[in-house]
Amino acid sequence: MLTKGVPDFSEGAVSFDEDGHLERGKTPTVMNPNDAFALEAALQTRVRHGGHVSGMSMGPPGYAEVLEGAMESVYTDDSYLLSDRELAASDTWATAITVSSGIEKYREEVADVDLVFAGFKTADGETGQTGPQTCWALEWPIVTHVIALDIDPDERRLRAKRLVEGDVDEIETVEAPLPCMVVTDPEFEPTYRKAAHRLTHKRLRAETQERAAEHDEHLTTWDHADLNLDPDYIGLDGSPTIVSSVDPIPKAPSEREATMIDPDDGAAMEPVLEELQPFAGGD
Amino acid sequence: MSEYEHYEAVVVGCGPGGAAAAARLAEHGVETLVLERGVEAGSKNVSGGLIYAEDSAPYTIDGLFDGFREEAAERPVTDYRIHNIAGDKVKTYDLTDLHEHDTDWCDAVLRRKMDSWLEARVHEKTSETGGGVLTNVRVNGLLREDGEIVGVTCDELDPIEADLIVAADGVNSELAREAGLMDWEEPDEWFQGVKAVVDMDPEAVNHRFGIDDNEGVAHLFSGDLFEDVRGGGFLYTNEESLSIGTVFHLDSLVAEQAEPHELLDALLTHPVMAHWIGDGYDEREYAAKLVPDSKKVAHREPYRDRLVLVGDAAGQMQAQGPIIKGMNHAVTAGALAADAFAITRGNADPEAAGRRYAKLLEDSGTMAKLRPKQYELARTVGERETVTNVVDRVLESPLGSVALGNPLADRVLERAYNSPFLVSMLPDTRTGYTTVPTVIGEARGKSIRWKNDAEPPTLEERIGDLTYDTDVGNPHIELRDASVKASGAAVYACPVSAEAFGGGCYRTEQVKTNGDEETLVSLDTQPCVECGTCAIVADTAWEHPRGGKGVEYRQG
Ligand SMILES: Cc1cc2nc3c(=O)[nH]c(=O)nc-3n(C[C@H](O)[C@H](O)[C@H](O)COP(=O)(O)OP(=O)(O)OC[C@H]3O[C@@H](n4cnc5c(N)ncnc54)[C@H](O)[C@@H]3O)c2cc1C
Ligand code: SF4
Repeated sequence: MLTKGVPDFSEGAVSFDEDGHLERGKTPTVMNPNDAFALEAALQTRVRHGGHVSGMSMGPPGYAEVLEGAMESVYTDDSYLLSDRELAASDTWATAITVSSGIEKYREEVADVDLVFAGFKTADGETGQTGPQTCWALEWPIVTHVIALDIDPDERRLRAKRLVEGDVDEIETVEAPLPCMVVTDPEFEPTYRKAAHRLTHKRLRAETQERAAEHDEHLTTWDHADLNLDPDYIGLDGSPTIVSSVDPIPKAPSEREATMIDPDDGAAMEPVLEELQPFAGGD
Repeated sequence: MSEYEHYEAVVVGCGPGGAAAAARLAEHGVETLVLERGVEAGSKNVSGGLIYAEDSAPYTIDGLFDGFREEAAERPVTDYRIHNIAGDKVKTYDLTDLHEHDTDWCDAVLRRKMDSWLEARVHEKTSETGGGVLTNVRVNGLLREDGEIVGVTCDELDPIEADLIVAADGVNSELAREAGLMDWEEPDEWFQGVKAVVDMDPEAVNHRFGIDDNEGVAHLFSGDLFEDVRGGGFLYTNEESLSIGTVFHLDSLVAEQAEPHELLDALLTHPVMAHWIGDGYDEREYAAKLVPDSKKVAHREPYRDRLVLVGDAAGQMQAQGPIIKGMNHAVTAGALAADAFAITRGNADPEAAGRRYAKLLEDSGTMAKLRPKQYELARTVGERETVTNVVDRVLESPLGSVALGNPLADRVLERAYNSPFLVSMLPDTRTGYTTVPTVIGEARGKSIRWKNDAEPPTLEERIGDLTYDTDVGNPHIELRDASVKASGAAVYACPVSAEAFGGGCYRTEQVKTNGDEETLVSLDTQPCVECGTCAIVADTAWEHPRGGKGVEYRQG
């Protein structure tokens, strides 16, 4: 379960300095809102099939709180934080390298991994690239925009419904072998139609309360040395993308004038219908 | 093997009946799943409420749940009285003897606190045998195989099979109805209870009632303050609040076209209340629910196939004169149903448990309490209107009043009120509820001149203070017949609707049809408190809301 912290963009929580720059230090960190759906997907999988769910995040030590939040909300068993100064200011590429190294180390030292869940885009970066890049580094398949998920543990395959946005939204069903990375869509909704699943869910919640209260005991921190990463390839130095500055986006000026027409007003609607006539097709 | 999930027992509802059944099933080692539609047990439930532990009962709530009285209940009742009211005159009788008859102990309770406490205990117990409690799940029907009941269907879950299905889903049990065991037709088979929980500092409670922390009072009220509506009022002390409410025969409410909230207000604002309520009336919650009358509806064979009914679902709610005993009987019945299943476990006959349960209800004397013989005998007399009218006229005549009013009659009457035998045969007529108390109050009562400044909230404010999670676009009640004749009674009998109030569930509207103007009834279920009244008095398709939806009581 991959998650990251983002500045709390909710009303009143964000802090800007006098130049209008975000004051990270003063703005509280919360879990990337889109990760909540990935968390739900991980939980649903665990409730239905059992298993062990770990939370992993790359970021400053403060992200431990985000992992703790994940433990509280979706009952992860333990947390892994990839954190040190050398990792700061990574772009998506450097992040992907680091996170995939974290996953590799986890597989070697903790347990094998069948599924990695990640959220769709972060609220602060909005690139949507980290997931695919991480997969590329792991040489795993990836299924994105997942809104529903079914796993066949015996066949070691998953079947997912994906929301494909376009002129018309379509729902596509895909299959993939495990291990695989699943990136959830905000439309993802967990379903628990079996009493046994709901009872498991309830049991996990009860068990987690104690664990989350002592999150530190379930938290492992790995720095770049633990991950065997060359400082030249990570952090700011390893980031090929540089964001030169972030500009506020001016509202696009409208060149056309709009006229409001009451659709119940027959006379006023007439010219509109005339305009539309050529597009109507048929006769 | 079928594709459905299977549990040995499924218990529907986690009120006292369901909790007792589930706890006892778990003690027998039965894998038990409990399904409760509220967000938490108690969030849908209302009682007066005094829970009794009867000496003669095979099971009591504290026997099944250690620590119940200390952790889930409010104050014990140490003082029990009835006030006969005529205008501002009040004559009070001590009812302690009646109250203590067959009573080991009796505590006031608030249902949210009580039932949520029970839920946690039940979950612990049932988890040990492979089950547990799930909230936010509404059972919406019976699963059948070749016509035989084999499980339940739910709004939120796939169908579930079980060897035993306990319908402990309370009054207006959809399961009992679907099984064809109970119907929702006759208003005279029900009472409607309405209650306000009034906030009060514990010191104020002690001071105003002259009691200590571990003492409590129960006051009952009858007489002409409710006009001619048959029923009465109650006041019970909780740790930090009062429960004040009314219980009326539903047929009488309909016949008198009475507004339930106004009857409650008549009690709240009566001078007799002034001293107890004090100034600064602060209502925490307004609530209402139907109550079945066991004398008429307690089912003698409350089972079908693998389904058994317990508690209100089976009509096991005993109105012993002014004393209301529903929770204790639900507990007994739930535990007996569990025992019956344990005894007959493995029997190939699907009705073995049900039959045994019915027998246990008889053998334990529970059925005799629910359907007292003396009532069956008195009923034929009591319900003959002519007799009532004659008796009433005599009582109201100067001669009758004098007879009732002399000091000797006074003692006799107090004794009569305290006789469980006499009280259980009281006919359901005005005589017992209104005429006698009024005459007593008139002849023997002292005028009370205290000024009662209580200003109960309006219906609109009461609705506004309640918590709802509305299932938008999916109303749980539908009007089948909007004519005033079929459904007009709901406009006043619904506790959150009123003739002159447009913000309630039911209202009347003038509708123009082809030049004719017609009065029709309309329904908006948003403010509904799921009391069940309009299931009986109006022509509706009536269901409970989906799991977790609808009203959420904080007090109960
Ligand atoms: C105003 C008033 C005063 C009363 N005073 C007293 C009193 O002083 N003493 C006394 O003993 N009794 C009193 N009663 C009666 C008492 O409240 C009931 O008899 C008692 O609650 C019955 O218990 P039960 O377990 O059968 O049902 P309930 O307590 O009603 O419990 C039923 C449970 O089933 C759940 N449920 C219902 N349908 C479904 C479904 N489809 N799916 C899942 N869950 C469902 C409900 O949410 C609820 O939790 C009073 C009642 C009222 C209204
Ligand atoms: S709408 Fe019906 S069930 Fe709801 S509160 Fe009114 S009478 Fe009761």
